[in-house]
Amino acid sequence: MANLKLKNVEKAYGAVKILHGIDLEIQSGEFIVFVGPSGCGKSTLLRSIAGLEEITGGTLEIDGQVVNDVPPSKRGIAMVFQSYALYPHMTVFDNMAFGMKIAREPKAEIDRRVRQAADILQLTKYLDRLPKALSGGQRQRVAIGRAIVRNPKVFLFDEPLSNLDAALRVATRIEIAKLKESMPNTTMIYVTHDQVEAMTLADRIVVLKDGRVEQVGSPMELYRNPGNLFVAQFIGSPAMNILPGKIEKAGATTVVSHVGGRQAAVPIATPASAVGSAVSFGVRPEDLNFGEGGETLFEGPVDYVEQLGEVQLVYVDIGRGGEPLVAKAPGNVEVVRGSTVRLWADPGDLRIFDSQGASYSRQPVALAA
Amino acid sequence: MAQASGKSAGKSFLGRFGVHIAVMVFVAIWTIPTLGILVSSLRDKDQIVASGWWRAFSSSTQTEAARLPAASAQVEKDGKFVIEGNLFGDGPVREVSAFGTRAQAPTEFAAGTVAELKDGVTLQVNADGGFVLASPVAFEGDRGQRVYFSSSAPPRFTTENYETVLFSEGIGRSFVNSLTVTVPATIIPIMIAAFAAYALAWMRFPGRALIIAVIIGLLVVPLQMTLIPLLQLYNGVALFFGVPSKTYLGIWLAHTGFGLPFAIYLLRSYMAGLPRELMESARIDGASDFEIFVKIVLPLSLPVLASFAIFQFLWVWNDLLVAMVFLGSGSDQLVLTGKLNALLGSRGGDWEILTTSAFVTIIVPLIVFFSLQRYFVRGLLAGSVKGG
Repeated sequence: MANLKLKNVEKAYGAVKILHGIDLEIQSGEFIVFVGPSGCGKSTLLRSIAGLEEITGGTLEIDGQVVNDVPPSKRGIAMVFQSYALYPHMTVFDNMAFGMKIAREPKAEIDRRVRQAADILQLTKYLDRLPKALSGGQRQRVAIGRAIVRNPKVFLFDEPLSNLDAALRVATRIEIAKLKESMPNTTMIYVTHDQVEAMTLADRIVVLKDGRVEQVGSPMELYRNPGNLFVAQFIGSPAMNILPGKIEKAGATTVVSHVGGRQAAVPIATPASAVGSAVSFGVRPEDLNFGEGGETLFEGPVDYVEQLGEVQLVYVDIGRGGEPLVAKAPGNVEVVRGSTVRLWADPGDLRIFDSQGASYSRQPVALAA
Repeated sequence: MAQASGKSAGKSFLGRFGVHIAVMVFVAIWTIPTLGILVSSLRDKDQIVASGWWRAFSSSTQTEAARLPAASAQVEKDGKFVIEGNLFGDGPVREVSAFGTRAQAPTEFAAGTVAELKDGVTLQVNADGGFVLASPVAFEGDRGQRVYFSSSAPPRFTTENYETVLFSEGIGRSFVNSLTVTVPATIIPIMIAAFAAYALAWMRFPGRALIIAVIIGLLVVPLQMTLIPLLQLYNGVALFFGVPSKTYLGIWLAHTGFGLPFAIYLLRSYMAGLPRELMESARIDGASDFEIFVKIVLPLSLPVLASFAIFQFLWVWNDLLVAMVFLGSGSDQLVLTGKLNALLGSRGGDWEILTTSAFVTIIVPLIVFFSLQRYFVRGLLAGSVKGG
């Protein structure tokens, strides 16, 4: 129902700049997730969109209207806070009705909308309770219900799941995904530091670092084709293995030498001028295969094994100081600590980044394959 | 873990024991004088003088003096002149245990025995107070024989003292005066301070930090230093408007001024501790600052409002200095503390008046404290944020 346009948005507290010119376009009905390490400015960006923080530069448009100086209540947004921020002295009903009561809407309409929202979130039987009589998950649902009742153009979620325990987090995550499905026209912006939430919920993920956008794209795009070293290591768990390397031969297929002087042919085009330059050579743990079947990429003794059940993380000492390489093996394969393993990978899964950290390949997966 | 908890349980048992002992000692120290005042105020005024309040429930023994009727009451009987009657006259009958005729030996003879006085005169006093004074010659003079006796009376509790102080000693009027001073002097500063505290805690405006600093600074200004300048100011204003300078409005304003720095400081720190998200959420819901204040902050600040109300109420109720400076000493303006002070001078020996007046004075603070103290312990914030 609403599209957002951020043009060179800046936020500074005195001399300290938090956001350094964010450019972003969000389409109507999109589910956007802001993700990044703590202190990257993702919450500040969300609060700026909400109007709780004034931006110090650039423009923010909602539905083509510049809202820089529009108060939060007039922006057509609703926000769900990490701490729920329920009014402790009001019942669930009054919490959800608060905004409409402030707006002096007719009583019957308030009643209808609150009950409708309560129905969606299965809160009907709790309407007369105070927040303190509810569990964490129920409180979070009330907070979401309060947002629904406002019937906003844009939903803002500020780490809504981080106060819930693991099981409830998964359940509520699915509820939010279903909620989005039931309101296909509502734009949702969601802040999290949890990449699982980002991957599962988002239509597009915005990766932020130090107040700058690192990359914007669909979850799979970010996973398959990270634009730079930061995104490559931030998305995916465990993080992508990054090794120092050197371009030996440029062209349609690049030959990179890495640890121990081994060479790998990577089907990524590089300009001839890049020959001899230092690069970062990356491969995801889950793309590494054990044994024969392809050109051996790494070889070394197993340093440590973490068994997670369905998979195990194998730390292989490939002779680059104390930093082992991580590989994922199926959980049912026996990996003996101390034994030497050979690892190989599909050349299409290899990534190279230049000395600035930017990826040499930013083509979509389909083209790379 | 189990070891640690076992250890801490043992430690806390000793700790709790010590705490309980300390609490009981403090409770005793605090309540015993109050209890004494209460008991004394309910006793008969003669018994207060005769025995301590802790013996109020046993009968009290006291030595009294009486004068027997003069010679005109004598009758001649069997050749003797006899004066008969009862020591207590029409008053309440007490039990006489001993009697005497000399102040040096007031309990010389046991009750019921016949005492030989000089010149063949005999006196018999019975336990019920009845006496027989007999003499072979006629009594003369219009001053009767002096008799001392020791009597014991059963404990007597009465509300007469309260009737006396409330309706004839002027405590009732002073009570109303005290309420007239205290209630507005509590409500006015709370209302002003709540608004100020919200603004200083949650609204951004230039000079906010400076105002807070000034208010903190005012906390340490000694009240005594300001009395005379304030009174001069009041007199000037009163002269200008042609009204008396010592009015209730004046003392309300004085107490408001003296209470505000602490009120603002206390309320501001509490309100600043409310979760920021509550205000932000309300702001997104479209509430103005006034609506946030009235609908969110004020209800949540009830505990701190109550605790300040208790502080201010007690302080104003117990205040003597400000009342003496800003109110007159006529009965229409004399507050309880002032009245108590006056009674100490005029009725210093009348314990029943003093204890009763004192109890009337402390009963209101006690009621206020016990009716509001639950706000000290109740955490209204439970449930608003994580873990609450």
